[in-house]
Amino acid sequence: MADLVSHPDEVKVVSKRFGKGATNLDRYLELDGYKAVQKALGMQPDAIVNLVKDSGLRGRGGAGFNTGMKWSFVPKQSAKPKYILCNGDESEPGTCKDRLIFEHDPHSVIEGVVIAGIATGAHAGYVYIRGEYRYLLDIMQKAIKDAYARGFLGKNIFGSGYDFEVYWHGGAGAYEVGEESALMESLEGKRGIPRIRPPFPAVVGLWGGPTVINNAETLASVPHILLGGAEWFAKLGPPKNGGTRLFCLAGHVNRPGVYELPMGYNLKKMIYEVGGGISNGRKLKAVVPGGSSCPLLTADEIDVSMDFDSMMKAGSMLGSGGVVVVDDATCMVKFALRIMKFYQHESCGWCIPCREGTDWLKKTLTRFHHGGGVKKDIDNIQYLSENMLGRTFCPLGDAAAMPTISIVKKFRKEFEDHLEGKPCPFEKADVGEREPALA
Amino acid sequence: MRFSDQFEARFADMLTHYPTKRSVLVPTLLYAQDEVGYLSDDVIRELAQRLDLTELEVHNVISYYSMLTTKPRGKFNVQVCTNIACLLRGGEELLEHCERKLGIGNKGTTADGMFTLEEVECIGACSWAPAVQVNYDFHENLTAEKLDKVLDEYRKN
Repeated sequence: MADLVSHPDEVKVVSKRFGKGATNLDRYLELDGYKAVQKALGMQPDAIVNLVKDSGLRGRGGAGFNTGMKWSFVPKQSAKPKYILCNGDESEPGTCKDRLIFEHDPHSVIEGVVIAGIATGAHAGYVYIRGEYRYLLDIMQKAIKDAYARGFLGKNIFGSGYDFEVYWHGGAGAYEVGEESALMESLEGKRGIPRIRPPFPAVVGLWGGPTVINNAETLASVPHILLGGAEWFAKLGPPKNGGTRLFCLAGHVNRPGVYELPMGYNLKKMIYEVGGGISNGRKLKAVVPGGSSCPLLTADEIDVSMDFDSMMKAGSMLGSGGVVVVDDATCMVKFALRIMKFYQHESCGWCIPCREGTDWLKKTLTRFHHGGGVKKDIDNIQYLSENMLGRTFCPLGDAAAMPTISIVKKFRKEFEDHLEGKPCPFEKADVGEREPALA
Repeated sequence: MRFSDQFEARFADMLTHYPTKRSVLVPTLLYAQDEVGYLSDDVIRELAQRLDLTELEVHNVISYYSMLTTKPRGKFNVQVCTNIACLLRGGEELLEHCERKLGIGNKGTTADGMFTLEEVECIGACSWAPAVQVNYDFHENLTAEKLDKVLDEYRKN
C-alpha cells in the first residue's frame, strides 16, 4: 500500500524482503525464511542471548536499550509462564516504519518472537498491532496461520521438541499503549494505564509472568543477526550501535520515504542527499530527529551521526526513527502547540503532572499563538514543562516536555514575535506558499 | 444480540489465546463496533456478560481508546491526520476542505448518514503525508482534489 523508495546509500537488512512478496510463506522460505529459528533451536539459550548482546542491537522503539541485555534479565526459573510481546503499537508522530515491516515481511517478526522465546525459555508470544493498522493485523493473522499449518509454530516446532505459540492482538487507538507497561495492561483487556517499576516486565510482566517486550523492528532484526553473525551486524554501525535503522523521512523534504541506512548515518546527508533537500526551494529551520518526543535540532545542529550515543551527546535522542524536517516558513509556536495538543489528547490522566501539565501547556500555547500571550508565559511554558520531567509513571510526560523545552530555548525569538497581540508572523507572511508540498 | 458467524468463530478462537477471558476485550470491542456501527448498550451488555465483567468495566475500557465509540457514526468515518508530519504538508487545509465540502465540523455526521468527519492523531503515514483514513483504508499523498475523488468514490458505494 505505502510506496517504497530507495537510495544507493541504503543497507538493506530489515527491509531486504520489502516488495518481494515475502508475505507468501513459500516466497519467504526462498528468501532464507525460518532458517534463523532452526539455527536457534540448535543453540544453547545463553549463546543466543550473548550473540544478540554482542551484535549491539538496541531497542528500535526509541529507548535504545541493548536487546540481548534485556533478554538476560529474564529469570531462568519461573513459577509463572514467560512471554514474548512484540510491540507493534507504532504511534509516535513521525514514525511509519513498523507498518512496512508488517506489510512486507510479517514472518520475520514471527521468527524474531520465536527466537526471543527460545533464548529466554518462553513458550508463547503475542504480536500487538495498533487498531488503525487493521490491514496489517489481517496480514499477520494469515502469516501466523500459515506458519502453524507447516509446523513452524505450535507443538514440537520443526520437530525439535520445543513448543512455541504465537498469537496476534489488535489495539483500538491509544498512543500510550506503545509504552511497555501500558501495552501489557491493554493486552490484559484494560485501560492502558502504566505500571510502576520496579518490578520490571522481565521479572513481573503479562499476567505476572516474566515478559520480554521488544519493538517490531528490533525483533525483525534478530533473524538476520542469527544468520549473519554478531560481528557483521555490529560493524554495520558505530561501536555499541549495531545494525541499521529504518528512518522515516517526513515533512519538508523533496523525497520523503522510509530508508534503511546504517546506524550512525549523518543527519545532514540524510536530509540533503537521501531526502533530496528542502522542498519548495526553502531553507531548513529545524528537525525532529526521532519522533515527536525528541528535543528538536536547529539547522546548525544537524551535522551529527544518527546513532543512540551521538544523538544523546547532541542533546536529543535517536528515538523511533521518525525524522520530521521543518522549513523556515513554519511557525515554531504553532509547531509546539500541535505537539502539545497531541500529548494532551493522549495523556491517560493517571499522573497529575502529565494530565494537568499537558492541559495547561496546550491552553497557554493556544492563547499565545492566537496573539493573547504575555511575556511571562514564555518562561512559564518552560517552567511547567521542566516540572513534568521525571515525575510520571511512564515517559509520556517527558515526551511532552522535551520537545517543548527545546523549542522555547532554541526559538525564543519566535515566541517574542507573537507578543503584544501581534498576529502570527508566519501565517501572514506567505499564505500562497503554504499549499501542500507534493512531489 | 447476534453477531456474524465470522465474529463468533474469531471470538471463540481468541478465548483460547490467553489465560484470562478479559484479554480478548479490546480487539473484540473493535470487531463488534465494525459490525454494529457503534458500541450500543446491547453490545456492551452482551460482551460484559460473556467476559464476566460489569458493564461499567467495559465502559471504562471503551472511554480510554480513541477508535471506540458509543455513538453512531456515518457509514464512512473520514479521519484526517493533522499531527506534525501531516501538518507540514497540508493536513489542516485538508481538514478545512472536508468541513466545507461535507458541511460538518469535527466529529459531525452528514444528514444522509454517509460521512463522519474526525480530526485524528498520527496514523503512521508520515512519509506519505498528508494522509486520511476512511474507515480502515489509507489514502496518502493527498491534495484537496485527490481527496474529493476519494470521497466521491465512497459516496457511490
